[in-house]
Amino acid sequence: MDRDSNFYTFLFATVMVLAVASVLAFTSQSLKDLQRENVRKEKMQNILSTVGINVSREESEELYRKYIVEELALKIDGSVNESINPFSDIELAKEIKKDYSKQHFPLYVAEIENEKYYIIELRGVGLWDAIWGYMSLKNDLNTIKGVSFDHKGETAGLGAEITKDWFKDSFVDEKVFDLDGNLAGITVLKGNNDPDNNDKNDHEVDAISGSTITGDGVTDMIKERLNNYLAYFDNLSVNNNLNKNEKI
Amino acid sequence: MKKFNKNPLLLFISSIKGPILSKKDRKLLKDPLDDNNPITVQVLGICSALAITVQLKPAVVMTISVIFVMACSNVIISVLRNLIPNRIRIIVFLVVISSLVALVDQFLKAYAYDVSKELSIFIGLIVTNCIVMGRLEAFALGNGVWKSFLDGVGNAFGYGIILIAVAFFRELLGSGNLWGIQVIPDFVYDFGYENNGLMLLSPMALITVGIIIWIQRSRNRTLIEDN
Repeated sequence: MDRDSNFYTFLFATVMVLAVASVLAFTSQSLKDLQRENVRKEKMQNILSTVGINVSREESEELYRKYIVEELALKIDGSVNESINPFSDIELAKEIKKDYSKQHFPLYVAEIENEKYYIIELRGVGLWDAIWGYMSLKNDLNTIKGVSFDHKGETAGLGAEITKDWFKDSFVDEKVFDLDGNLAGITVLKGNNDPDNNDKNDHEVDAISGSTITGDGVTDMIKERLNNYLAYFDNLSVNNNLNKNEKI
Repeated sequence: MKKFNKNPLLLFISSIKGPILSKKDRKLLKDPLDDNNPITVQVLGICSALAITVQLKPAVVMTISVIFVMACSNVIISVLRNLIPNRIRIIVFLVVISSLVALVDQFLKAYAYDVSKELSIFIGLIVTNCIVMGRLEAFALGNGVWKSFLDGVGNAFGYGIILIAVAFFRELLGSGNLWGIQVIPDFVYDFGYENNGLMLLSPMALITVGIIIWIQRSRNRTLIEDN
């Protein structure tokens, strides 16, 4: 057959596309479960790492069941929607695009050695693509216990450094509310006069050189996400105070 | 020719003798390492050389992935070379390369999740690597399967050597690490040594490649153009 004829060209293209599409679709379908499982276990691993429990991906499920005592799907007014499983049903990336009143925000409560920690999910944008993570607050709902960050495509050696321990450790013990109780968040800042991060009440951590935009993304993401939990946190602290008063 | 025979790597490769690799075959593997290096002589694949040479580890993994993709795509195109309609050959190349890359990506996500996380966007970047396309057009379309395979491996290797060399200097001088491990001891920093942040930015990758080209040409005079 003439290799330059239109008919042959169309035939070749059709056969090629069909063959390639079926190979890719077959591979993708047959590997899907394995991939999902990896992502699910990694999520557990990341949530646990914010409360100081570092485990391998394989062990994460078991320990997650042990330490995470509550999984809540919150609405913007602070109420809990019981019908939604926050771990598997809420995909924050899609949730953010919905109307505010219809959004749900996951909150995980961990209990370790009788201390309660509240873990919120973060999602924002870095320089190239999405960044996300988890942040846990201590029982005062103000002091950070730990954070974990991840990213889709930040530059290796620059923006991608947000996943490194030295950066994440600088968030520990920082406060997210100022003295008047207003949300301050944590600002990732260059030249903040406190590069060793000794001042834990300044709501600031030192930025990474060469990744200003990724750092700004982290700043925005923390404040934006925390904002959605304020109503629930208010209810919670009112209840906590009532409990304390009753005991007295 | 005498001069670059001293190169230990070339000596190693030329010492591989046997019925499988004829003299011509060896040339296919050897040329891209020096005389016809994809980056420093053909000046292909510069874009990815900028993007992934900040650290040594992604550079090495990228090299391995490119070797796989280039060897496979060269073989596939060489097998199909008498069937591919001339007018849509570039599209066929693209389809073959991108499906191979998608396959690698899917398998890594399922079986080597950590590696796949480490590479993130870099795997996808292989599609945009002009070396792969260049070798398909220039070589695999007109040569047999075994030769195309060798050509793919050789070129990917030549690309990888430069990548790793650039990444070595950028990571060492830029962050004082190699393979993510600190190699410049703390007391050097106490004397006032500072990591050169400029090395982490893309322009320094170009300058490093430039220096490598300079060294290579002063060593191998056959590469210098007449004018």
